[in-house]
Amino acid sequence: MKVNGTLITLDKSQTLFDFLQSQSIDFNTIAVERNGEIIPRSTYQNVVLSDEDTLEIVRFVGGG
Amino acid sequence: MIIEVNGKKLDLVYQTAFEARDQIGNETDIVILNGFQIEKDSKLSENDTLTLIRKGTMPKQAELESMMMARHTPNVHKKVKEGKVAIAGLGGLGSNIAVILARIGVGQLFLVDFDIVEPSNLNRQSYYISHLGMPKTVALKKQLKEINPFIKIITQNVKVTEDNILELFNGYDIICEAFDQPEAKSMLVNVSLNQLSNIKIVSASGMAGYESSNLIKTVKPMKRLYVCGDLENGAEIGKGLMAPRVQICAGHQANMVLRLLLDIEDV
Repeated sequence: MKVNGTLITLDKSQTLFDFLQSQSIDFNTIAVERNGEIIPRSTYQNVVLSDEDTLEIVRFVGGG
Repeated sequence: MIIEVNGKKLDLVYQTAFEARDQIGNETDIVILNGFQIEKDSKLSENDTLTLIRKGTMPKQAELESMMMARHTPNVHKKVKEGKVAIAGLGGLGSNIAVILARIGVGQLFLVDFDIVEPSNLNRQSYYISHLGMPKTVALKKQLKEINPFIKIITQNVKVTEDNILELFNGYDIICEAFDQPEAKSMLVNVSLNQLSNIKIVSASGMAGYESSNLIKTVKPMKRLYVCGDLENGAEIGKGLMAPRVQICAGHQANMVLRLLLDIEDV
């Protein structure tokens, strides 16, 4: 699948939750769009990723 | 020939801008023709907008708006005036964004923050010593009224949470995310994009320290989300927030808002 423009190979079936955890991404500071649709944070565990998916993961850093 | 002079449509016989100035106003008046201050005389054409500003005198209220808007291209001003923009967080980003959007005449600004002005804010936020201890909403509204009295300013002294986003921001075209904490930024972006189906968000991430100005950019990672900043440099111990990069980032956000109000969706 494509993540932020880069092709990534998934070695096993997994949810968005599993994938983010494997990348050590802090769930509380991101927003994720899958195939053009924003994914509510409470549903990450229900979203099963597939090879055709395009993910955009935006990570926010502090300051304003 | 019909010419709009200081906000009033007049039928003039004069052929040039300076001829009109000398007859209607005064030889030393500043002349702005269709949004551009001219130093050399220029021919007038039908439906031109001409603004004559007398140096050193306070104009009447009725003339003031057309004089202030004289530097904006006329069709741009009309669209910007119809804009409804919410600013969530009135710190370094939000206060500076509000000042810019007031200057360009965005018709309705909604300012939301729960905090008061503190001494540590003055290094980068648009507040003065005289504002210390005031709610930021009140202090900012006072400034904006001095900058542009012709826009509508609505304020709410409240903390933005998952539960009040829909109620607060429903009906706005654009939200400027101008929070400090990454968790709050993420919460606002997630909940707004999910609950407000037409909203566009102009957010910010990465403007701490004094790295190169040129690292700060505007990107559009999602259909309705724009992010301004260098995307990396968060505020942390040893890397504080300082006025230059915070204002550059606020400028990026404000310009993206302007572009969206003019129906330009590219960064």
